[in-house]
Amino acid sequence: MTRETLINSALALALLLVPLLAYAMDEPFIITLATKVAILALAGVGLNIALGLGGLVSLGHAAFFGIGGYAMGILASHAQSYTAITDWPVLIEGTKSMPVIWLVAVVASGITALLIGALSLRTSGVYFIMITLAFGQMLYYFAISWAAYGGEDGLSIYVRNSFPGLNTLDPIQFFAITFVLLLAALLFSARLARSPFGLALNAARQSPQRVETIGLSPYRLRLLAFVISGMITGLAGALFADLNRFVSPTMFSWQTSGEIMVFIILGGTARLFGPVAGAALFIILEHILGGLSEFWHIYLGLLLLLVVLFAKGGVIGTLAGREKAHD
Amino acid sequence: MSLLLLAEQVLNGLQFGIMLFLMAAGLTLVFGVMGLINLAHGSLFMIGAFAAAAVAGATGSFLLALIAALAAAAAAGALVEILVIRRLYAREHLDQVLATFALILIFSESTRWLFGSFPLFLNIPEALSGPVTLPGGIQYSLYRLTLIAIGLVVAFGLFLLISRTRLGIQIRAGESDREMIAALGVDISKLYTIVFALGAALAGLAGALVGAIQSVQVGMGEPVLILAFVVIVIGGIGSIKGALVGAILVGLTDTLGGLLLPLFFSLFMDNASATSTGSALASMSIYILMAIVLVVKPSGLYGARA
Repeated sequence: MTRETLINSALALALLLVPLLAYAMDEPFIITLATKVAILALAGVGLNIALGLGGLVSLGHAAFFGIGGYAMGILASHAQSYTAITDWPVLIEGTKSMPVIWLVAVVASGITALLIGALSLRTSGVYFIMITLAFGQMLYYFAISWAAYGGEDGLSIYVRNSFPGLNTLDPIQFFAITFVLLLAALLFSARLARSPFGLALNAARQSPQRVETIGLSPYRLRLLAFVISGMITGLAGALFADLNRFVSPTMFSWQTSGEIMVFIILGGTARLFGPVAGAALFIILEHILGGLSEFWHIYLGLLLLLVVLFAKGGVIGTLAGREKAHD
Repeated sequence: MSLLLLAEQVLNGLQFGIMLFLMAAGLTLVFGVMGLINLAHGSLFMIGAFAAAAVAGATGSFLLALIAALAAAAAAGALVEILVIRRLYAREHLDQVLATFALILIFSESTRWLFGSFPLFLNIPEALSGPVTLPGGIQYSLYRLTLIAIGLVVAFGLFLLISRTRLGIQIRAGESDREMIAALGVDISKLYTIVFALGAALAGLAGALVGAIQSVQVGMGEPVLILAFVVIVIGGIGSIKGALVGAILVGLTDTLGGLLLPLFFSLFMDNASATSTGSALASMSIYILMAIVLVVKPSGLYGARA
């Protein structure tokens, strides 16, 4: 067992034990914080597939996070008002069932990622950063002007959606759902990195010409990575909306994209558990510093600056050392 | 729809575009010469607006406010370049994105801490308030017309600076081969600081000028920054000419889209749904423009290569 695996297991265990302890001590707020960590980490795991594995610096992942959120918001709001989403050409009704909502969220964000990716991957480098940022902003303005679903005010859902056999209103049960999904995504992402596709993607990041010479298309590899990445982030968006029982255009904002990226960097780029460590650190900081000062973002900014300039591996890199070459 | 309204909206689009140009010019210069993507450029726009509002509030002079905006943004730009940005030139884009994202957090929250969360107001100077009548009987705001004029003068000045002066030669040389001009004895790190401060000053000027027609508040810079990115993607990175053409295209598309799209949809829809579809599409129109340019010419209208 390498040191990184050890740290990863400790992190997973901590994320499981903290809410269980909080449950035993009857502290529902801490369970909610842990749920938030799990969901934001899931969004980060999604982005990490594009960013860490594929080297695609997407500053527009809020687009998928928001689409996941709105998939939940739209389906659940129709279900709670007993109105159909559309009755032509086929009748489509809302739903309060989480698995159905997740499916819709994943498919919708996958299709959007395919469209955005197909256009933005025609370019690379700074262009790619600026274009993904711009498309994210486009969806943000679209959500604001979409009056049918709350426009700028967003949508409130009164009761959390249901999952067969569980009481999702109980914080610890909802945490369990998000924790299992996060573990599944981590497992998937670890398998993906070692699969032929993951290896080819990694190679395309390091040397696109060589990948092309052996007959693979870097464009297709990257596009597929971008789509998978968007789907996972979209799922996280649906869960995040369910956690808050609220969706608003803020989920689409460029700050959201930036924050998802910050989780990865704080934790350690291209590290499997980087997003988990980063999201946990972010929520803890938000909590401690936010309690000390209203202007805690100044300290967050300074910390981020220090990590980027001097501690490139993030939390996991600092703890585990540079075992894994990823440059 | 009257032609007068259309003409007025064209002028509004032009004014908006010219202000975007001031932002995009700095960004594209910094990218062209130093290869740096700077998300904190919007913060410099905000600093210019706040400096102008504070000085105008204290002295009542708009001219002093403009000078303060230029000075504050240039000083903030130079300071940030020396303290942080300098360490990022050799880094990958991801590091640049994150470090400048961190700078946004620091700048925005510090400004909120200094000035509070409530917007400030910067008044249009007495001499420039009110409308003028243009040939053809168009009534148009004198202040906005002045903005167009200032922007065009700055654009012309920038062209002269780049193509006719010693500094301009160094900038162009820096774009094509930085090692070579360092070997020829040009102090490259001083040149970088000057270019960065110049870009910052342009952003600060834009912030102050626009601050008089909208409210001056924390977070005002980033939406403009993202539009400036769209401008650069359309125009091509590193090209000042591309930035000017892209900015005017984006300005016109945004303003005219908001006016014409609802009218277009009302040809075959009822009024209410035409207005909502039209305005939703209008909010996306510049990004659609960007997508079209990307399909036709991925490196932008005047870009060398992607």
